[in-house]
Amino acid sequence: MAKHFLSGNEAFAYGVRLAKPDVISAYPITPQTIVVERLAEMVEDGSLKSEFVHVESEHSALSCAMGASAVGARAFTATSSQGLLYMAECLPYASGGRFPIVMMNANRSTALPWNIYGDQRDSILMLDSGWIQAYAETAQESLDLALLAFYIAEDKRVMTPFMVNLDGFVLTHTYEVVDVPSQDLVEKFLPPYETENMLDMDSPKNLGYSVGPDYNLEFKYLEHIGIQNAAEVIVEAENRFAEVFGRRYTGLVDAYICEDAEYIMITLGTIAGLCRETADLLRAEGIKAGVLRLRYIRPFPNREIGEILKNSKAVGVLEKDISFGNEGTIYTNVNSALYKAGLDVPSYNFIGGLGGRDISKENIKKAYEHIINGGKKVNFIGLEVNAYE
Amino acid sequence: MNKIQVNKLNARTLQDDEFFYGHKACAGCGGSLAVRIALKVLGKRAIAVLPAGCMSAVGFNFPQLCFANNAIISTFAGTASMLTGIEAGLRAKGIDDFVAVGFAGDGGTADIGIQALLGAVDRGDNILYICYDNEAYMNTGIQKSSLTPFGARTTTTPAGRNIHGNLRPKKNVFEIVSAAEPAYAATASIGYLKDYMAKVQKASEKKGFKYIHVIAPCPTGWGTQTDETIESAKAIVDSGLWYLAEYENNEYYINHNPEQFSDVREYLKSQGRFKHLTEDDISQIVSQRDLKWELIRKSWKERKI
Repeated sequence: MAKHFLSGNEAFAYGVRLAKPDVISAYPITPQTIVVERLAEMVEDGSLKSEFVHVESEHSALSCAMGASAVGARAFTATSSQGLLYMAECLPYASGGRFPIVMMNANRSTALPWNIYGDQRDSILMLDSGWIQAYAETAQESLDLALLAFYIAEDKRVMTPFMVNLDGFVLTHTYEVVDVPSQDLVEKFLPPYETENMLDMDSPKNLGYSVGPDYNLEFKYLEHIGIQNAAEVIVEAENRFAEVFGRRYTGLVDAYICEDAEYIMITLGTIAGLCRETADLLRAEGIKAGVLRLRYIRPFPNREIGEILKNSKAVGVLEKDISFGNEGTIYTNVNSALYKAGLDVPSYNFIGGLGGRDISKENIKKAYEHIINGGKKVNFIGLEVNAYE
Repeated sequence: MNKIQVNKLNARTLQDDEFFYGHKACAGCGGSLAVRIALKVLGKRAIAVLPAGCMSAVGFNFPQLCFANNAIISTFAGTASMLTGIEAGLRAKGIDDFVAVGFAGDGGTADIGIQALLGAVDRGDNILYICYDNEAYMNTGIQKSSLTPFGARTTTTPAGRNIHGNLRPKKNVFEIVSAAEPAYAATASIGYLKDYMAKVQKASEKKGFKYIHVIAPCPTGWGTQTDETIESAKAIVDSGLWYLAEYENNEYYINHNPEQFSDVREYLKSQGRFKHLTEDDISQIVSQRDLKWELIRKSWKERKI
């Protein structure tokens, strides 16, 4: 291990280099650019032996990655926001083709209005595309997820593409000290990619075919089973990761002082840190607050949410997205998990941080108060213009 | 590098092995012939990418998969970019005795796929891209593409009293691609199979980006009999409405320079899609043709393939 002072983007690029993808295809978009710039430099200086393809669009970035994956090569791409939406057609294509591509997405707002800052509407729009979705909180976790992502995606039981999300700017451009593992250790952790799901020069195959009503449901069912299987493979991968690197992750969720918590804030990404600080403050005031960070939202941690929230009195869901005409999508998913677990816990939704708007400790404290005292179900926090009242 | 082994090609020396069969193409389909013949030239080391379109619709219906070589459907816009990934992936894995070949229709090439196509030309990716041009979106029911010729009736360019079919000439994709300086580009027609086979073979032996634009008539969309496909594919060349040409090393070459064109009117009137054309429309087509040939004869070199 060596200590480096790295931004989230840089840490991710270091992780990708250690994973040694055969092909990298990417198109630049703020705030993802640093990842591909660093990778290009690594290819230039010879420390990374990947084929680096300068594609002319994000659609081609993922299409190229699929071509590489279709011949059994390890493929990586990175994007953000409009770029993710531009390649949208290729997302269900990659998951349906069972191509275990890894993609980093720098979470950024979507136009209109134009905005380059962080929120999570881009990736959450793609929630149903059949990709595993993880959300990092720190630069260290970003690097580690780059390695874990290939391990998990390429597992024969999973064979599902993997999207690692980093909050735009707040994580992609923020520096911290990161442990960068040695290549030797990484070789111990991450096996080379081997698959039968490939065009094979010795035994030719047809891939990416049409499947009519007679068999289509079965293909889609198997795709669902693959991403469901990721839940247990994530745990296995993290156990192996802890053995090799000595750092442990906690599966689909990361629970903070939830054991005896009565009021739990559920969130994802970097804002979890401020939620934890706020929970500590509330604890000092005698309020039993807790924080549940969703590290993955596909597969969705239904079981974990049911277990961790079973003794809570009320919960909040703080998220940087909105499904217009309804509510935050994470809120919808959490409510479904609560219902399936038979929990009758009041839940409240807090929509904030859109277009990079700051979420303050005060905002979060107020949200906890709302959870405790009850009130409107869906709330926009930090709203300057109240369009409703 | 292991070279692809190809015989000197003619009807007798072309290999007997078939790579594209058992498919559901319409009777008289020109596109399926273009794919079948190209694969017989390229052999089993060809990896084929086909986007949405006629050939993927008829050839890839699970469990009836019709390619004996490696083949995959790409997204509609992603023929070239998927080829790029296949080529880069295999090269990264140390494999180099293969031909990554795309077969995209006119819409998949000239319209939705042109961005990825020109991206791959620009990068000089080592791939062969074959556009089988049947002059409209035939798979979806004969809608106009940018390679539909002037005057043709399609389901989105109806021929009525006010508008006589398609108002725009064919997009000049051969020269658009050539302007981006590929290793090789050529036009062909399945009516001149020897010329087409020779070009596929030549392209497969070159490194870098190669483009072949082959006319492949569609009886269903053109309004011709199913046994007239080859005739139409010959007549479009003989009448001067299409030409057999190459681009290489910054030079254009015309491979077939007819002293006299066959009758354009006869070509047009033999097809349902042109039946409605007036004498004015036809003379417009003739003058467009003559203008093009004037330019060809002025600046392109003559060369037999």
